[in-house]
Amino acid sequence: MSSAAAIYPVEGVLLVSIRDDITDTDIVDLQDALSERIADESANGVVLDISGLEIVDTFVGRVLAQLTSIARLLDAETFVVGMRPAVAMTLVELGMYLPENRTALSLTHALAKMRQMRDE
Amino acid sequence: MILDGAREVDRIELSGDRDVVRARRRIADRMDALGARALRKTRFVTAVSEVARNAVVHGGGGVMTVYAFKSARIGIECRDRGPGIASIEQALSDGFSTTGSMGHGLGGAKRLSDAFEIDSRPGGGTVVRMLGSL
Repeated sequence: MSSAAAIYPVEGVLLVSIRDDITDTDIVDLQDALSERIADESANGVVLDISGLEIVDTFVGRVLAQLTSIARLLDAETFVVGMRPAVAMTLVELGMYLPENRTALSLTHALAKMRQMRDE
Repeated sequence: MILDGAREVDRIELSGDRDVVRARRRIADRMDALGARALRKTRFVTAVSEVARNAVVHGGGGVMTVYAFKSARIGIECRDRGPGIASIEQALSDGFSTTGSMGHGLGGAKRLSDAFEIDSRPGGGTVVRMLGSL
């Protein structure tokens, strides 16, 4: 995987930061690498930070949805954080509602929501 | 043709997925320089990404030409070297895909642009033209 995405472990959660110049190949590689890391590190959550993404098109949207489904099968909850308002409006126009993805406004919010879920 | 009266200002070769990123970047930068509003830029650059990817994945590569207008608009023409599209109507409908993708791509690009034209003949490649306002 190139430097277009980085995975950092934080409090049992894998934080994934995605850069704007990520290619289709990079994002498919990220899907593979992240699935392995969730299993290897028994992560209980994944936070996908897309604040760097100026656009999310149908391909990237589909991979985000798949990542969430894969993580769920591996018993990890996924949050998407940092989506720009223009990106959200465009995704809805594209008919991509990402119903499986939980979203949070920021990393701090996502970590707090995950802690809450774990305590319940 | 929707690009009548426009002036060619840039040309981007599309042969791999890095070129799709390059096309997005170059058009986003140009729209920023022209003072485009954030939502209009996001919508048009997303449409550009869809048609550029189509040219690379289904069209065997191609070239994207960027056009400037005297009015507050931007235009592109994306010409690929692929087999062409048998049914344009079908290709533009949501959920239609020949490669197992979700099939929102081309129909999505049409919805996200202000004007959209597509010409395709089996064996003759596909040409997509789009306009976006700033």
